[in-house]
Amino acid sequence: MSFESKLNKGEFFIPECTECKKIVWPPAEFCNHCFGIVSLKEGPFEGKIMEFSRQNEQYFCLVEFENTIKIIANISKLPIIGQKVKISKCGINDGNYFFQVI
Amino acid sequence: MNDMNKVGIVGYGITPFTKDDKKIESILLDSAKELFKNNQKINRDDIDAVLVSTNNNSKYLSPILSEMAGIQPKIAHTIESLCNSGTNSIVSAYSYIASGLADMILITGAERYDSPGQILEWDNSRGEYKHPIFWASIFTKSYKREFSISDEQLAIVSVKNHKQAKENPNALSKKTYTVDDVINSKKLTEDLRLLNCSRPCTGSASIILASEDKAKQLTDKPIWVTGIGQKTTSAGFTKNNSFSSMESTKLAGQTALKMANKNSKDIDVAEIHDAFSVCEPMALESLGFSVEGRGMDMINELHDTNNFKINPRGGLIGSGHPLGATGIAQTIEITQQLQSNAGKRQVDNPKVGLVHNMSAAATSSTVLVLET
Ligand SMILES: [Zn+2]
Repeated sequence: MSFESKLNKGEFFIPECTECKKIVWPPAEFCNHCFGIVSLKEGPFEGKIMEFSRQNEQYFCLVEFENTIKIIANISKLPIIGQKVKISKCGINDGNYFFQVI
Repeated sequence: MNDMNKVGIVGYGITPFTKDDKKIESILLDSAKELFKNNQKINRDDIDAVLVSTNNNSKYLSPILSEMAGIQPKIAHTIESLCNSGTNSIVSAYSYIASGLADMILITGAERYDSPGQILEWDNSRGEYKHPIFWASIFTKSYKREFSISDEQLAIVSVKNHKQAKENPNALSKKTYTVDDVINSKKLTEDLRLLNCSRPCTGSASIILASEDKAKQLTDKPIWVTGIGQKTTSAGFTKNNSFSSMESTKLAGQTALKMANKNSKDIDVAEIHDAFSVCEPMALESLGFSVEGRGMDMINELHDTNNFKINPRGGLIGSGHPLGATGIAQTIEITQQLQSNAGKRQVDNPKVGLVHNMSAAATSSTVLVLET
């Protein structure tokens, strides 16, 4: 299963190289370090809020996982820098990824 | 570097930036036509290469422009790198000339107001937040937090650049604004107002680069490209390590200044890629014009003393941002400044100028040093 097919089912996995064990981000078939085959690591993962802003009533934040990868996600309450969060909802909508954290 | 041929700017053409709905081919020809009209000594038969800079999806634009302009070049192709396509084309042209593959090159950048280069679809790590206003909001928030800067302070960038654009007949903006106007303009996010943003537009800019011998034959005032630096750290925004400084700009700036054997203190006039207000202080700091967090002090002082040293044509915020044309328009501005030909925007007797052009949240930067 690919990262996208999991994401499409609402599941967030972290792609990791089977050879060198590095996280491969953005998700890809092959490792950008050693070109090894990538497998999917199952969560739940704890993320950390790095930065945020707000559009209309919706907060969005930059979240880092595993000290390596970052995504931009929705969050319903006022975020705090350094706050620990986890993915509550994710998927693919009209070809675009979406992430929500709590 | 000494065994490479020297490369100079021998002519340019630029037309007003607008919201016109025109075909990309006509937009390209607009500034090329202007260039040949203003430089009658340039023989089109002597042009070895035609490079087109654009994010437009149309194909074969360089051969098309060549045919429309009556040129049969040896080398003809398009160069695309989102917002720094323009300076990327200048770097390619420089290399062709420095290596001896070409003697004289036409570089034309053009874009439509609805350019597909505004949104990088590939970068899915941003979820639903793919529009550039979101990376700009994160940069702004992060910069304000790290260095205790207010929205009112950042608004000065927009006030200054609109003021300077008013002296640029080709600028999209014709108005001046106050700090209040900026902080009360349409709210895009909590950290970004409409007047903090450069606006996509329709525009075209052309420049001719030539070898030393050709340049000296064709103009009394050649401007030499003496420094080039480029760095790409990633394609995706979320790969940036800092959101309050520009890593690729730091590295590209160091490379360019080193090649020119110059220091940031030697720069008399500069075009800085102010895609959003926060980019101007961040870039000034990353280029070494100011220490970290103090870029706004420099901008304030320049604004208060009506000194046009940074972004004399009004930057991207005042001039408008036709992506593929921007880097070339910036280079034309510095050329005009160094030739003392910048009208009411003229900076006092500049000898050394710098161009900073970047893409996609500073994941890629190009810096050029130009000299008389
Ligand atoms: Zn690997």
